[in-house]
Amino acid sequence: MDPLLTRRSRGLMGISGPLVEIPPFPGTFPGQMVELTTGEGSVRSGQILEVARDKTTAQLFETTQGIDTDSSWVRYLPRTASLRLSREMLGRTFSGSGIPIDNMPPPIPESEKEILGSPINPVARDKPSDFIQTGISAIDLLNTLVRGQKLPIFSGSGLPSNELAVQIVRQATVVGEESDFAIIFAAMGITHRDASFFIEAFESSGALSRTVVFLNLASDPTIERILTPRMALTTAEFLAFERGMHVLVVLTDMSNYCEALREIGNAREEIPGRRGYPGYMYTDLAGNFERAGRIRGEPGSITQIPILTMPDDDITHPIADLTGYITEGQIVLSRELHRKGIFPPIDVLPSLSRLMNLGIGEGKTRADHRNLADQIYAFYARGRDLRRMEAVVGEDAMTSEDKKYLGFAREFEDSYLNQGQKGRSLAQSMDLAWDLFKGFPPAALTRIDRRWIQSYFPVEEEKETEGSQK
Amino acid sequence: MNSAHRGSSMDTDGRISRISGSTVEAVGLPGARMYDVARVGHIGIMGEIIRIEKGVTTVQVYEDTSGLSVGEPVLCTGQPLGVELGPGLIGSVFDGIQRPLGALRELEGDFILRGTDVCSLDRSALWEFEPAAAEGDRVEGGDTIGIVREGGKILHRIMVPPGMEGLIQDINAGSFRIEDTVARLKDSGGKERELTLLQKWPVRIPRPCGRKIPPDRPFLTGQRILDTLFPVALGGAAIVPGGFGTGKTVVEQTLAKYAHADVIIYIGCGERGNEMTEVLQEFPELEDPQTGGSLMERTVLVVNTSNMPVAAREASIYTGITIAEYFRDMGYHVALMADSTSRWAEALREISSRLEEMPGEEGYPTYMGTRLAGFFERAGHVQTLGKEDRKGSVTVVGAISPPGGDFSEPVTQGSMRISGALWALDTSLAHRRHFPAISWTRSYSLYCDTLAPWFMEEVSEDWPEQRMNLNRMLEREKEILEMVQLVGEDAIPESQRILLLGARLIRENFLRQNAYHPVDASCSLAKQYWLLRAFLESYQVTLKALERISLENIMSLSTLSDLARLNEQPDDAFPEASREVLAKLGGEIDEMARQIALQKEALEKETAGGEAGKKEA
Repeated sequence: MDPLLTRRSRGLMGISGPLVEIPPFPGTFPGQMVELTTGEGSVRSGQILEVARDKTTAQLFETTQGIDTDSSWVRYLPRTASLRLSREMLGRTFSGSGIPIDNMPPPIPESEKEILGSPINPVARDKPSDFIQTGISAIDLLNTLVRGQKLPIFSGSGLPSNELAVQIVRQATVVGEESDFAIIFAAMGITHRDASFFIEAFESSGALSRTVVFLNLASDPTIERILTPRMALTTAEFLAFERGMHVLVVLTDMSNYCEALREIGNAREEIPGRRGYPGYMYTDLAGNFERAGRIRGEPGSITQIPILTMPDDDITHPIADLTGYITEGQIVLSRELHRKGIFPPIDVLPSLSRLMNLGIGEGKTRADHRNLADQIYAFYARGRDLRRMEAVVGEDAMTSEDKKYLGFAREFEDSYLNQGQKGRSLAQSMDLAWDLFKGFPPAALTRIDRRWIQSYFPVEEEKETEGSQK
Repeated sequence: MNSAHRGSSMDTDGRISRISGSTVEAVGLPGARMYDVARVGHIGIMGEIIRIEKGVTTVQVYEDTSGLSVGEPVLCTGQPLGVELGPGLIGSVFDGIQRPLGALRELEGDFILRGTDVCSLDRSALWEFEPAAAEGDRVEGGDTIGIVREGGKILHRIMVPPGMEGLIQDINAGSFRIEDTVARLKDSGGKERELTLLQKWPVRIPRPCGRKIPPDRPFLTGQRILDTLFPVALGGAAIVPGGFGTGKTVVEQTLAKYAHADVIIYIGCGERGNEMTEVLQEFPELEDPQTGGSLMERTVLVVNTSNMPVAAREASIYTGITIAEYFRDMGYHVALMADSTSRWAEALREISSRLEEMPGEEGYPTYMGTRLAGFFERAGHVQTLGKEDRKGSVTVVGAISPPGGDFSEPVTQGSMRISGALWALDTSLAHRRHFPAISWTRSYSLYCDTLAPWFMEEVSEDWPEQRMNLNRMLEREKEILEMVQLVGEDAIPESQRILLLGARLIRENFLRQNAYHPVDASCSLAKQYWLLRAFLESYQVTLKALERISLENIMSLSTLSDLARLNEQPDDAFPEASREVLAKLGGEIDEMARQIALQKEALEKETAGGEAGKKEA
């Protein structure tokens, strides 16, 4: 027998919220996993947060209900939180702490890894550059996703972020390439209904056998949520960098994860940062989000699509704010567009993909891609400004030029954004975008290189009418 | 014997008594000094002593502490945290405590593990040393004793370390490793000192220099809005605050690419890994606009991404600025980009909260302002040490990430008090993809007046005047736009609509600059001046034309679209390009006026003729 397995101590010094204080025990270290056995014999798992000479503090991933200080036993496991990994995890469902919950035996492990992970050495990273076609114009043309990127969806309660995420997962392809791909779906504190929506969607698209699911539902222990994204990302790193697969990780809902962090922070009586969230939340979130990317010389990649709910649609809320500072852009959903019945209701103005330039242009998509996107942004932003003005001064006070921009903004939302569930190829997205410029003189497209205007500007009718005027 | 030895080491070594995040407390370290480096645990990971209280020594640890346990040894090295300075710096990529990331990767693979020790600079590389001093010369701190040519265009001066002096006993040319002795000195106390290519300097102490030179030369960035409206002086400090997605990193990277500097120190402090990859893979392929060499041949990267240890993030900006000062001492103009200062401040906050210090505003420690000032004050244009008349500078550009884009937070406010230029990034500009999204209403530069004489001399006598005209026009546009918001554009006078037209051209084609356009990405001062002249004069011309032709006619002038593309003309096309476009504009207006007059005449004739015909009938 491993002598380490006999390392245990009896009795606790205190219990507060999810935290227990244990008398000092030699050889314990932060991050070490413990098992607490109550007087009645039920076993709860936990992890050591802090060790000092006078006491050890641990967080329990399950409820502390029914635990007393005298009759509890703590067993010290010889490891930090870790996960047994295998290719056979594909198609399986696990709890938020990595235990199979689909009534099947655990997969035979090929490897075991600490879930905390290690940072990728920045010089080992490879520049993400493969364009992922999601079939959604507002993303493909305007906020392009590339392999190895982390691009979150900023949603509000009641907005169709799940539908959008599922659509991306279903349609995402790298054009001209058949690849070994996997999906990892990590649910943190979402409802049963949301979880089954995702799983059904994966099933109907035939991707379920290539999906690993980690489920921590709203009814599951809160503190377990701290582990869930790390479980998912450890699996992703294994599949991507040891098995050469292209992995897409969907993490939902990061807001619930952050609440769990706050709960622990408060229980530890830490000095809170903004809105009660711990001051180290940036570092903690970065520890998860930065586990995306590519490594030089490795065929696989990790692309992340975290979903978060902005409380009261507030993009400056610490959860959205810190996420935006770490991730490589964001896709922001708009309540206004949603109410107008537009799907997907992506507000392109605050949306952004920072890695877009790496995945587009000549040889990757099309040479006019960047210019075209910039021009649409410029016109749409102007149209939106004018719309606000129109609300004040009335339609009559708008100049005929203003009306053109107003029309552009309307057309852009009603027909371009509003593509419904149907996917579009990038070429379709681009052609439709050029069509939006009908009615503008080519000279108005100042953000587009003249060469592209010549090749792509929709000519037919305009030229004839101009000619007849002359 | 063996056990006695172990016993004695027990006395001098400390033992870990508490582990909390990135800080470790130790007991039994009697000789511990503040800010000395300590080795923690059996694997000896590096840390810095940051508090000594009642026999308990607190160490901030530069690597992940998980796996350490109470009772493991802690050892004082007696040395402060220092950086290695010498040949091999240029083109290197270091982490926050100057471990070379390339060498780390070779040792531990694609992921960063713990407890790996690597020398900052390559010990085995050979460098060709050319002496610049001779036997019998008396030298002092800062004097050049010789030169090493690194791969690129940078001449690496080997200098006598500050505080050392003496007579050169012997000095040798040839190939040396950085730890080999290249010269021997006998100092005034008669002690012999050996000089190598390598010197060390503690990061938290500024390297000494001679007098500071007043900020009278600009740090040229090639960015129109910065050079023309909000210039920063050589040796000055600028800050770039902005919410997420406003393009802080693109501004920093653009400056690293196009700024007129001899050496660039780029500190990726608590930011994204993929961004650093972009720099790492792009820079070697890009050309240095000044020397024609590769950009990497003038760059040193200090990279501590957001998921790397927090304490090393705190150290990274000191590591970066000490390297910057070293090149300054050689007489170079160094630009230091810190992306982002906020993440450094957050690391400070995190460590402070682990120490259970009384928090100041927003949880930041009360000494944060002092630390920020200490960092920014290490910028400067100076006369270097030594007998040679060398001048060098360190210009600091610090990005700041205010939570929620709110500039009233302590890091932004603290940095604003000590920096000379504020380049405020604006979310609404970024949303409409107006980049660089630098707000012309919120930004300022305190260097404008002191730099004016230089601009008048080097560019044009009327530079300050043109600049003023530009400011006035933008201010006027803002007022008019406020009115338009209330009454609509149709309801304001035509002259004001002409101004809106002119101001829009300036915003779109002068203030906006495409960092990815091969020509537009960087703009010479002469081009900036002539572009600005073209836009301001075309406004006057169109305003005047209003007397002869209608507003609709002016709006339809085809030369306007030439003006809108004037910024795409290369630097050497100016001033001709501006003159041509203005001439064309004048010509088109004249032609239009002539046409209108002709039409009018024809119409009059027709009506007159018609009336005459009627009469005849």
